[in-house]
Amino acid sequence: MSTLLIKNGRVIDPANGLDTVADVLLVNGKISAVGANLSAANATEFDATGLVVAPGFVDMHVHFREPGFEHSETIESGGRAAAAGGFTSVACMPNTMPVNDSATVTTYIVERARKLSPVNVYPIGAITKGSAGEELAAIGSMKQAGIVAISDDGRPVMNARVMRRAMETAKAFGIPLINHCEDLHLSAGGDMHEGMESVRLGLRGIPGCSEDVMVARDILLAEVTGVKYHVAHISARYSVAMVNFAKQRGLPVTSEVTPHHFALADADMQPYDSNYRMKPPLRACIDVEGVTEGLVNGAIDAIATDHAPHPGSEKMQEFERCPFGITGLEHAISLSLQKLVHPGLISLGRMVELFTVNPARILQIPKGTLTPGADADVTIFDLERTWTFDVNKSLSKSRNTPFHDHVFQGGQVATIVGGQFVWRLDGMI
Amino acid sequence: MSLLGIENLARPEIEAILNRAKDFQNSTAKLDTLRNRLLVNLFFENSTRTRTSFEIAAKRLGADTISITASASSTSKGESLVDTLNTLGAMRPHAIVMRHAASGAPHFLARYLPTPIINAGDGTHEHPTQALLDARTILDNRPSIEGLKVAIIGDIAHSRVARSNVHLLSKFGANVVLCGPAPLLPPQLGNLAPNVSLTYDIREAIQDADVIMMLRVQLERQHETPFPPGDYFKFYGLRPDHLLLAKPDVIVMHPGPINRGREISSEVADSKRSVILNQVENGIAVRMAVLERVMGA
Repeated sequence: MSTLLIKNGRVIDPANGLDTVADVLLVNGKISAVGANLSAANATEFDATGLVVAPGFVDMHVHFREPGFEHSETIESGGRAAAAGGFTSVACMPNTMPVNDSATVTTYIVERARKLSPVNVYPIGAITKGSAGEELAAIGSMKQAGIVAISDDGRPVMNARVMRRAMETAKAFGIPLINHCEDLHLSAGGDMHEGMESVRLGLRGIPGCSEDVMVARDILLAEVTGVKYHVAHISARYSVAMVNFAKQRGLPVTSEVTPHHFALADADMQPYDSNYRMKPPLRACIDVEGVTEGLVNGAIDAIATDHAPHPGSEKMQEFERCPFGITGLEHAISLSLQKLVHPGLISLGRMVELFTVNPARILQIPKGTLTPGADADVTIFDLERTWTFDVNKSLSKSRNTPFHDHVFQGGQVATIVGGQFVWRLDGMI
Repeated sequence: MSLLGIENLARPEIEAILNRAKDFQNSTAKLDTLRNRLLVNLFFENSTRTRTSFEIAAKRLGADTISITASASSTSKGESLVDTLNTLGAMRPHAIVMRHAASGAPHFLARYLPTPIINAGDGTHEHPTQALLDARTILDNRPSIEGLKVAIIGDIAHSRVARSNVHLLSKFGANVVLCGPAPLLPPQLGNLAPNVSLTYDIREAIQDADVIMMLRVQLERQHETPFPPGDYFKFYGLRPDHLLLAKPDVIVMHPGPINRGREISSEVADSKRSVILNQVENGIAVRMAVLERVMGA
């Protein structure tokens, strides 16, 4: 019997329309009860007075690099970083080596995660073999082995016919298709968002329309096929508008945004600092406003980090030679508080929804709620504490983030998976 | 103190360099200003005139110079740029002149290296000493840059010369007209600095111009064919009849190397209006002023 009683927190559970001061009782890995003045024999108590107690946060877009790139991240180190970021579940993208395009690789990831990761890891399978964009991967077998979605993240399917077939297949197997929307001809050779800053810095541009045209194509194909279609890391304002349009038409289309895409614009970039180099790139201010508006009006359903670790040796190069991507697990909650909740753009309840029930519903995983009987995954965070992010203390194997030394107000305090603490802020017993 | 670009260089500093360069014009005397000082010329891209110009400038000031080209260095053995520069830095030069195909490469290195870096051209970003020598050349022909109409014509998108010149000329109050084929003339260029406008029409660009700067078509930086090569000279090549549209005493400039018959006709390149060789000469004077400023005691 393991029993944990979280006392006196502000319990926010959007799935049940709950936002109230209450206790949460966790027994044997399940949520047992949520209510006032709960007590239980032999319970370990955690005083959450002044803290927010939410369902375990779900990051539906991470790169854990295993198998193949273990020098950047492993399922174990990535899992620890996720726990330290307040996440209890993650979905990992298939661009490993080999690519997760077969049940064998899926099984390897599932087994490694079971043994080594403190958080739940849900693999995402490739759409095409080797993510080469030509021949469909073994989608059915991978689903049986545990994938929750398919995506060729980072190497989008350019051939519309292949994409259509993939959507039909995903629909038939009942899983969503997630696309990294980037027309590779329009973005070819690009280093950063095409705009004033790219022209000024003499860097090659990745235009916003390279995202827009693929979002448009995919929404049309999603209507034809009826697939549950999800836009990964949306960044361009017209893409947000088109997702909104699709939703108004009643299509099962969803989208996610990363914290860096609502927190930073291209003009915020430190010139030629590769910690600001990612795909999609940091966009113009008007796009930042666009995705923020999408978070407010519902066009965007989830916040996901696109945690993309790369070792220093690969990021310490000429800007145009550095790989794309930044880490993001450990400052996602704080950035969301800082940029969205504290300025009053969205409510705290909406923020929790974006991190919990929404991504869980998109991936169709039994997570994201404190309903009694559900898995005892809980994220506890605060809104007040001032703290400074020190990348050298990150639990990720990589250090590539532009938010080193960034001062935040509020952040994760404790992470509970299956009724057990997997991470706690120093000094929080 | 490094010289990485014109954009962040204040007007008085530019004026100081241009005035000092005047002192070095018309003289080939060898001075001892930089005696016992070591300059490393590190060129990761082919260059004849810029490298030679820096070498001569350094030697005229009495400095020791070493020139390294990328193919002869460790980069071909897989060494990273940071390691290459750290290695050279450990040999304690007083400055490193660097040319690199990647925009921002010198800016990236300047964050990690104590040795001053002089940017001799980074990718499609800046080429500050070229803009300085161009300004010196204009001032040899005009009392002031203020109010001049300067047409810069060609592959603007890929031109570091254009960017540095836009920043410098704008700081001094010139009206800059950028002209080229649409794919090589991104509209954002018009907001790069005050008093910059764009046109696709070479005749409009040249009308009443005081200065015409022609740019080379940078085939090595283009990853596609943005304009039919056969049509280029027809629409964007500078020919003698164009000069009739400009001010009578217009000067024609080109950073070199020139491609006769592609962006400029031989008649114009060799005409009295051409100051292309004066630019080369001023390159040494301006680089002497820059080296003195960066490396001087």
